Amino acid sequence: MNDIEQLQAEALAAIRAAPGLPRLEQARIDYLGRKGRLTEQLKQLGRLPAAERPEAGRRLNRAKQLVQEALDRGKKTLEDAALKQAIEQGRLDTTLPGRGMGCAGRHPITLTLRRITALFQQIGFDIVEGPEIEDDYHNFGALNIPEHHPARAMHDTFYFPNGRLLRTHTSSVQIRIMENARPPFRFIAPGRVYRCDSDMTHTPMFHQVEGLIVDQSVTFAELKGLLIDFLEIFFEKALEVRFRPSYFPFTEPSAEVDIMGERGWLEVLGCGMVHPNVLTRVGVDPQKYTGLAFGMGVERLAMLYYGVNDIRLFFDNDLRFLRQFH
Amino acid sequence: MKFSEQWLRELVDPPLDTGALTRQLTMAGLEVEGVAPAWPEIAGLVVVEIKAVEPHPRAEKPRVCRVETAAAERFTVVCGAANVRPGLCAILARPGARLPGRPELRAVSVKGVRSEGMLCAAAEIGLGEDAAGILELSAAEAAGRTLPELFGANDHIIEISLTPNRGDCLSLLGIAREVAARNQLPAPAISAPAAPVTSRARRALELTAKEACPHYVGRVIENVDMAAPAPLWLREKLRRSGLRGVNLVVDITNYVMLESGQPLHAFDNDRLRGVIRVRYPEAGERITLLDDSGHEIRPATLLIADDSGPLAMAGLMGGKASAVCPATRHIFLESAFFTPARMMGQARRYGMQTDASHRFERGVDPRGQTAAIERATALILSLAGGQAGPVVQATHEAGLPQVEPITLRKTEIKRVLGIEIHERFVSERLKALGMRCQYKNNQWRVTPPSYRFDIKIEVDLIEELARIYGYDEIAVKTPAHRLKMRPPNPLLQRLERARDSLTGRDYQEVISYGFVAPELNRLLSGEAQTLCLANPIAPELSEMRASLWPGLVNALKYNTQRQQERARLFETGLVFSGGGEALRQDCHLGGLIYGSRYKKQWGEAQVAADFYDLKADLEALFAPELNSGRLAFRPGEAHALHPGQAMRIVAGTEAVGCCGRLHPARGRALGLRDSVYLFEINMQKLARATAPGPDNMAGLVSRYPPVKRDLAIVLDEAIAYAAVAECVKAHATDWLNELELFDIYRGEGVEKGKKSLALGLTFRATSLTLKDEEIETVMGNITDGLCRKFGARLRA
Repeated sequence: MNDIEQLQAEALAAIRAAPGLPRLEQARIDYLGRKGRLTEQLKQLGRLPAAERPEAGRRLNRAKQLVQEALDRGKKTLEDAALKQAIEQGRLDTTLPGRGMGCAGRHPITLTLRRITALFQQIGFDIVEGPEIEDDYHNFGALNIPEHHPARAMHDTFYFPNGRLLRTHTSSVQIRIMENARPPFRFIAPGRVYRCDSDMTHTPMFHQVEGLIVDQSVTFAELKGLLIDFLEIFFEKALEVRFRPSYFPFTEPSAEVDIMGERGWLEVLGCGMVHPNVLTRVGVDPQKYTGLAFGMGVERLAMLYYGVNDIRLFFDNDLRFLRQFH
Repeated sequence: MKFSEQWLRELVDPPLDTGALTRQLTMAGLEVEGVAPAWPEIAGLVVVEIKAVEPHPRAEKPRVCRVETAAAERFTVVCGAANVRPGLCAILARPGARLPGRPELRAVSVKGVRSEGMLCAAAEIGLGEDAAGILELSAAEAAGRTLPELFGANDHIIEISLTPNRGDCLSLLGIAREVAARNQLPAPAISAPAAPVTSRARRALELTAKEACPHYVGRVIENVDMAAPAPLWLREKLRRSGLRGVNLVVDITNYVMLESGQPLHAFDNDRLRGVIRVRYPEAGERITLLDDSGHEIRPATLLIADDSGPLAMAGLMGGKASAVCPATRHIFLESAFFTPARMMGQARRYGMQTDASHRFERGVDPRGQTAAIERATALILSLAGGQAGPVVQATHEAGLPQVEPITLRKTEIKRVLGIEIHERFVSERLKALGMRCQYKNNQWRVTPPSYRFDIKIEVDLIEELARIYGYDEIAVKTPAHRLKMRPPNPLLQRLERARDSLTGRDYQEVISYGFVAPELNRLLSGEAQTLCLANPIAPELSEMRASLWPGLVNALKYNTQRQQERARLFETGLVFSGGGEALRQDCHLGGLIYGSRYKKQWGEAQVAADFYDLKADLEALFAPELNSGRLAFRPGEAHALHPGQAMRIVAGTEAVGCCGRLHPARGRALGLRDSVYLFEINMQKLARATAPGPDNMAGLVSRYPPVKRDLAIVLDEAIAYAAVAECVKAHATDWLNELELFDIYRGEGVEKGKKSLALGLTFRATSLTLKDEEIETVMGNITDGLCRKFGARLRA
């Protein structure tokens, strides 16, 4: 049994020399397997004289334990190395662009409309819509603009042969909503409007948002508060805002709202207190209710917000332009 | 309206500089659009008197002028203008002067005679358009004076944009009244004492159309000197108001119009016959106007006529035949009030707008006619001489605008504006605006002046108060609310969700015009009844879109023409069809894909997008409706689409949209190189058909293990997958949990005209574990069913 230490040394050497997991496993089989050399020695312990048995058993078990430990260590080392290698091989150029479909965006006018409507929805305005092909009554008559009124010259109107027209403003929607319901009203009406006009600052179609509150104690002072809040939140900064007397047949008093830009005042909104004639026409008692109304050009706000200087860019639909907005 | 600041200051002169004055005007509602120097102060210009004009020794046309300045400097100038004459004053540009649009002026020799400058035409020194001869100044007004003395130092041309309600401010007097009221200065006035009547010449008047012309004033002035020149101050005031000089009489009528707001007309009295009548036309009457345009007079156009026929279109323009001209000796001056409602739109019908029509449409002071005649008379007599006949007038008092007292309640001011305004402020400022008012029992009785006929009701007065008080001085308050919750608008909600889905799948939203080219509409929409505009801005924008496809295809073409080879676009908006009562304007959602499936990239081959790419996008877009079974795709042809690559989208029995490949013939007609795949759906119908309902209830998920089986069958190419799937489901019992088509094979091992479908089936029961024998039975039934129905066979 002198060769126990010899066997142990051979086993440890084989384990050390194993270049990979298969050879390591072979070493285990060779020494500790069912017919391994150490296993064989253990089996033969019984044949030794009784006096030698305890000592030999102790040495054999110790050798077996050492070899097993070496095997475990070797296995772990090899596994760690393999993992490390796999990781090295798995290195990617993570700066390559991602694969697949990509994504696009909403039109900047839709984005602007959504920002506007979200602000008013937040304080309880409904969103309502109306038709784009209108009749004279809803676009003009009901809004206190009789036929041939000079105010109509401010609206270059598209007509159809049967006398219908393309609405020139979303103010027509306030009539449609009010004539079919009872106050209080609190809504905004976003939508497309049309005027025969085309240059750097005019396109024959553009968007407006009309807003209205009709209730028992709505005042011009509140109109000011509402619109100043809106403009400052929309433009994300404190603004110098001025209300300038103006004229719309369907509001009185009427005002244009200007904000101070880099090169002077910029007109951004029209507003006023709903004219009593308009309320009467839709069956609302002007002695009981007052109303505030406002209308804004969405392209105008979008041009200021995004720094776009030619309104026609919005409707060319050039993907190189549109892709900037998300 | 344009005017000279100095002219305004002659009527009212507040202690404000130009900037403060223009700001005040803007904040009074008279928006200042521009301020420019009244005349260009060019260095090197000097007023000279022409002392002598001699012929040029060696040239035919130019003459040699000896001129002298106020400082007694003498110069010799060679001048080619026909109107140079001794005794005239003129403006000399000296060497070194920089005239607009010319190089620096230098002393030159003209055929041997040295010229020490240039005598200037008005146009050459920025004083109007007259370039015909040198600017003539009379010695009486110009001799010995400097340019600033002549033209006025520090004057500006102020341009204001007036809202249609403020016809009263279409005059210097009206603007001056506003300025006076704002600055608490005395109300301005124009003195117009009655001129001495030194002639008995007069013309009889007859108002036939009394409602349209309730007040007409006229006067004959005899022996007017039409050759008298208009003085510089008059010419300059007109020029600074943007008007051109015509002749002295017309210039004076224009001057009075600018000053008082009352348009006047002067006729050549020798060309009038008999009685002046204000009437509507008889059938077929024609007139040639001052601008040489000939018109058949429309029935609603009011006329000034005499015994021989029409003389003028009332309030629009005078006739050519009766106009004053250099040969005129006697004139007939007209000043009238025409009812605004009868004037509105008249000029537009003839495609014109005149200074007179602009004012009459908005309304002139119904009490200002006589004063205007007297003012014009005084100016004519002093500048052109003549003898004035008596003022004649015809009036229909009931037809004139009446001013009624208006009650203004103190509580109403608070109710509308939200602030209290002190009673004294109200009384004082209303008076400053020319109104009579009395305060009693917390209310005022207010009578506006005749020229403020726009003020009719209480809120008109409240607006006036707010203007004078200052909009910026009105407090800022937060609106108070009564909170009432309402359900959201389902259409808008669905549209937002659609935008999320489509942009997430690389569709860019576009917005195109609501009107398109009729040919494109026809090519792509299939709508029989389209709507055409009566007054489109261009033929290619003349018909309302009956589909979103024309706009989408336009956007596609715009981009393909700019080297974009791939596009995925969508749009939402109204489309229009039908006519009269059948008019439809529904909100649609449409889109298209073109070019390769993915944008060019490193990990994916460039494959052209096809029908199934579009269908996958739509399956994602309509996932909620498709999963609940409220929406379905059905094979079927659709207008403009490839007959074999089109589907209809149906909600129940109603068709709500379609999708597919653009018909190759139409793609070719549109000049598109690659295939276009399109979809469009009526979102209104979709939102209605899929309104919230009970199918938001979730189903159960089985806890028992699934059993999976694959099935490969060979069958005729013509058999649609949907039919196969239906047949499988019919034989599969409700244990069939999922059915996947994971391969379609054609080629070796499968006969020509056949295809092999590979199906994956997942079975699962909700309350027990399925046994193999049970599944085998079901699989057998399925196979038998497919064989019987389609002659399918299992693939080996």
